[in-house]
Amino acid sequence: MSTIHLNGAPAPLAAGTTVADLVAAVTGRAILPTGQPADGRRLGVAVARNADIVPRSRWSQTAVETDDDVEIVTAVQGG
Amino acid sequence: MTQALTDKLSQADPFTVAGVALGSRLIMGTGGAPSLDGLGAALVASGTELTTVAMRRYATGGGPGAGTNLFELLLENNIRVLPNTAGCFTAREAVMTAELAREALETDWVKLEVIADEHTLLPDAVELVDATEQLVNRGFKVFAYTNDDPVVALRLEQLGAAAVMPLGAPIGTGLGILNPHNIELIVSRANVPVVLDAGIGTASDAALAMELGCDAVLLATAVTRAQDPVRMAEAFKHAVIGGRLASRAGRIPKRAHALASSAMEGRPDL
Repeated sequence: MSTIHLNGAPAPLAAGTTVADLVAAVTGRAILPTGQPADGRRLGVAVARNADIVPRSRWSQTAVETDDDVEIVTAVQGG
Repeated sequence: MTQALTDKLSQADPFTVAGVALGSRLIMGTGGAPSLDGLGAALVASGTELTTVAMRRYATGGGPGAGTNLFELLLENNIRVLPNTAGCFTAREAVMTAELAREALETDWVKLEVIADEHTLLPDAVELVDATEQLVNRGFKVFAYTNDDPVVALRLEQLGAAAVMPLGAPIGTGLGILNPHNIELIVSRANVPVVLDAGIGTASDAALAMELGCDAVLLATAVTRAQDPVRMAEAFKHAVIGGRLASRAGRIPKRAHALASSAMEGRPDL
């Protein structure tokens, strides 16, 4: 079973998973191929894969690989 | 003061920063609020048009969209978001955080906060100067949170910071403005907006900041951890307006001896 590190915790990786798939799973919102959420609201999320930012326009074209370190971040209370 | 008069006054004296004119000189933070609903009410009561948020991992435990609610809360209330780099100790971390924030929130405004240690939460001036230079080069509008050292403040401006934000006292202490002389010195030498950021405890601290010549005030704890955050937010709204008006009204000088306000002539012979 392949695993990745997602937001600091191990997570199973199914074959063919893209960054868009991870964002949809974590946020519970469907993501269009453009990287925009299907519900038309603002998403407010950014993704880094192995410390490189993956722009939302490339989420659906970026494959997630075994042992990848993925961080999905958003705005929270602070500051 | 009626809302109409408040609006008219702020339109005549807008707070212009990074090329944008804002109607409120009170920038709010979001740290420390016990609930999102309470935070929303306090932000509205404050009249703020610019509010800071931190960037953290999306927390799935809160349910779908849990992490997005804060961003949407600000959007719904027409409040511009200012992501900050809270929690960063190095320039490298701060730059990465700023890039993530720009991608997530679609703004190139960033409050740059690089702290030296978790105990004092004081800015690390060395990392801060480095990060400011890097972020300005990457096209960010940098709101640089700094200590009250006039030399560092000027250096940050020279590196291209959009605003310089000296602390009044360490974050969350509520001690007010510990070195008003330094704040005044920073203001007198600055050609970018100066925002008093951190250490504010109550309304009079914010009024003083404005009277010292600051262009705006940034606070979070003083509202979010007050016993009545909505009432305190409203207090700060008025304090910032009052302090700004006073700073532009030409106060009387301090005198060593009394000066009668009532004429002695014309007194009846009693």
